[in-house]
Amino acid sequence: MRPYRLRLRATKDNGFKGLVFVMSFLSMAPLALILFYIAKQGLSSLSWGFFLEIPKPVGAQGGGIANALVGTFLLVVIAALPSIPLGIGAGIFLSEHREGAISYWARLAVEVLQGTPSIVLGLIAYMWVVVPMGGFSALSGGIALGIMMLPMIIKATEETLNLVPYALKEASLALGVPYYRTILRVVLPAGMSGIMTGILISVARIAGETAPLLFTAFGNAFMNWDVAKPVNALPMLIYNYATSPYPEWHRIAWGAACVLVGFILLLNLFVRMVIRRWKVQF
Amino acid sequence: MAPRPYERPSPRWQEAAFQKGILLAALAIVALLGAVFLSLLFHSKPSLLAFGASFLFEKTWDPVSGTFGAIPFLLGTLLTSFLALAICVPFALAISIFVGEYFRSGMLSSLVKNVTELLAGIPSVIYGFWALFVLVPIIRSIQMKLGIFPYGVGILTASIILAVMIIPYAASMGGEVISLVPSDIKEAAYSLGATRQEIITKVILPYSRSGILAGILLALGRALGETMAVTMVIGNSNLLPSSLFGPGNTMASIIANEFTEATATLYLSALIEIGVVLFLVTTVINIVGAYVVKKTSLGG
Amino acid sequence: MKVFILIPFISVWITLWGCSTPESGVELLGAGATFPYPLYSKVFYEYWKATGVKINYQAIGSGGGQRQLLKKTVDFGGSDAFMSEEALKNAPAEVLHIPTCAGAVAVTYNLPGNPEMRLSPDHVADIFRGKITRWNDKRIAAVNPSTHLPDSDIVVVHRSDGSGTTFVFTDYLSQVNEQWKKEVGAGKAVNWPVGLGSKGNAGVAGLVKYSPGAIGYVEFGYALLNNMPVALLQNRSGRYVQPDTTSVSAAADVPLPEDTRISLTNTQAPDGYPITSFTWILVFKEQAYGRRPKHKAKVLVNALWWMVHDGQKYTMPLHYAPLSTKAREKAERLLKAMTYDGAPLFNGA
Repeated sequence: MRPYRLRLRATKDNGFKGLVFVMSFLSMAPLALILFYIAKQGLSSLSWGFFLEIPKPVGAQGGGIANALVGTFLLVVIAALPSIPLGIGAGIFLSEHREGAISYWARLAVEVLQGTPSIVLGLIAYMWVVVPMGGFSALSGGIALGIMMLPMIIKATEETLNLVPYALKEASLALGVPYYRTILRVVLPAGMSGIMTGILISVARIAGETAPLLFTAFGNAFMNWDVAKPVNALPMLIYNYATSPYPEWHRIAWGAACVLVGFILLLNLFVRMVIRRWKVQF
Repeated sequence: MAPRPYERPSPRWQEAAFQKGILLAALAIVALLGAVFLSLLFHSKPSLLAFGASFLFEKTWDPVSGTFGAIPFLLGTLLTSFLALAICVPFALAISIFVGEYFRSGMLSSLVKNVTELLAGIPSVIYGFWALFVLVPIIRSIQMKLGIFPYGVGILTASIILAVMIIPYAASMGGEVISLVPSDIKEAAYSLGATRQEIITKVILPYSRSGILAGILLALGRALGETMAVTMVIGNSNLLPSSLFGPGNTMASIIANEFTEATATLYLSALIEIGVVLFLVTTVINIVGAYVVKKTSLGG
Repeated sequence: MKVFILIPFISVWITLWGCSTPESGVELLGAGATFPYPLYSKVFYEYWKATGVKINYQAIGSGGGQRQLLKKTVDFGGSDAFMSEEALKNAPAEVLHIPTCAGAVAVTYNLPGNPEMRLSPDHVADIFRGKITRWNDKRIAAVNPSTHLPDSDIVVVHRSDGSGTTFVFTDYLSQVNEQWKKEVGAGKAVNWPVGLGSKGNAGVAGLVKYSPGAIGYVEFGYALLNNMPVALLQNRSGRYVQPDTTSVSAAADVPLPEDTRISLTNTQAPDGYPITSFTWILVFKEQAYGRRPKHKAKVLVNALWWMVHDGQKYTMPLHYAPLSTKAREKAERLLKAMTYDGAPLFNGA
């Protein structure tokens, strides 16, 4: 007896496999296209002057992104300073207390904060920092970005620490090491690769954020190292220049896009290196 | 005399400090969320009082006359997000099946996984920039050929770029869940003479349904809140979207456009109220998604 | 490994160092209109080179300029829409409008070959109301007999943000077209019946530049700097006028009130361009508010004084009209009226 409609089903099988292949590779096409386009348009703008000069007025040739680089740097530092300790601390708590009311609410809060649109966090930073301070500043932008970093760091910490086997902790406690030291000196280092990954990924995420900065960091035509004043930032520069009609500004924007994407790719590579060197296999 | 056992000073205060510290950290997160929500509500009070529930049904956004309604933006957000989802789901499914079933390991699998991860890392503004210069002209020429108004920008364009951006999120859970389908039910199906395609569509996908759904919900949550790429290519028209090929606006985009200049208190609080609506919508979707994730990882 | 531990510490140290460096020069923050942005970015850059004073101006739209000044988050606001009586009354303190230059709101478009285009006020109103939708509409063809008008759709582009340029444009349309006044009205942000929105003068220029068949309103310089054609508009005297520094100066040559708050649109001047406007810098008359130090207020007054005198030489190359003598006199009087704790700030250039 012939197998039921074998030829049709065999064709469907191969066709389906082909479809899955094609669509998977199609999904990767945008990335290739974008990276290629950015490189093509932007690489030519990169020069020493590009990295060291500040932007020139409208219509003038040349100029660079130095103030945007500095601004992004300041924003990342301000964001990371409170978020890393707070995030790791909360992550430790959640990993140590799997059950309980506080854990439940904290986990819920992490999920909600992670899903909150960045523009809403920009509104919050405006209300909490810009208005009381009476002005725009890198500080307010950094706070908005810091709130964005928190959930990612907490989740990374919690998940990594959950993977550390109980046996390690118990061995340390059995040797008489106090509980807090066990966590800080034994468990945490064992999970360091995962935590570092979380931190680096969140830095990559906020380095590219624009929306919350629109009414917090505000932008600056000049170089500024003072965190109480407005700063320029790479993604903001790209947004302003990309939507302008000036070809010169477009050229700079592509160069800046190159730098930003390059930075993010580097961070991703760095993450892989971190995982390879530091990941403790249990 | 037996040697005294090594005595360390009892680390009571450090112990207590540590426990308190991490407790405070966890409480701080909860407090942060509460503060965020309350702040938003408080600052949208003038608008809440002035319009009440009609805010959600009013379709005019007119700063000159002081009429503010959220419908155009709510519709714009929902339209672009769901359209983006519809476009991305087939591709995300394809990726999930690719790395979960056909190529569980090896170079090809790593390539696809890494590329998908990188897609998620590209900043929104860069997607918007690229869309503005590459996607918009393409859409515009298609519109001109079809005889439609050649806007170039619009809801369709925004949905397409959104779809590209959320593919990694939709595919994230899928691959893992599919690879975790137990071999015994797959082998049972094989022994009954099923082809691979039939196994995938009739056994694997139904089994990993909830994991895939969780990824899709995650992607939806992301799409709803996306600001920069959308505001650069959606056409920024505050009217009710009349067609997919025409311009529109989303909640996130209108806040970005008009926040720095809302002069009247009512105007400002109306914008913040839109922020509240956006916050609530994304929160609900994300909580549902997280719930489904939890159920799948424990149950599976 | 140790190196990686050092990175965060060094970063923090650098960040803190930035805050404590004594300021090499005072910094001022301004925000507002995109209308004069090309001029201001040039002027403030030159001022920085000459004096070391950094004036950071962010072009967020006239609405933003007014709001941020009233909220006291900026030192001055830029706006091409002067504040209404009501807004002035509701302000926390008296606000001065210092005119810096005059400019034209041009109607720019994207058609193959950049043909010359003449438009009457009613045409403009109908196009932006969505009543005229194709370029070869009979009404447009009637006044442009020698131009080849393509049979394509008109893509309207307007501002998506709160804009003084929008205010000037809609103010003009409200004066010349009854239906516009009834249906849409004038304002910094209006309920546009049709069209795409883009952020800032730059955004509108950008969108029109790259969208075939598009039409939009931008400050004149933006169109010129981008080699985009502008329409000749029919003014009140019936003439079709090109926007340029001559026609703008003609329209601006009117008797000014003391506070310089006046609309220059729909000018009576026979050679004047019908959509002209001053652009102002808004400051509080009494500068001792918040924690403002006196020297900062002094720097502001001096910078503004420079802008209405030496700074005027940068206007014409960028296609703005410099202040007339009458306007400059009024500006000087306003600047001299600025005080700190009651005492006048200005004491000679």
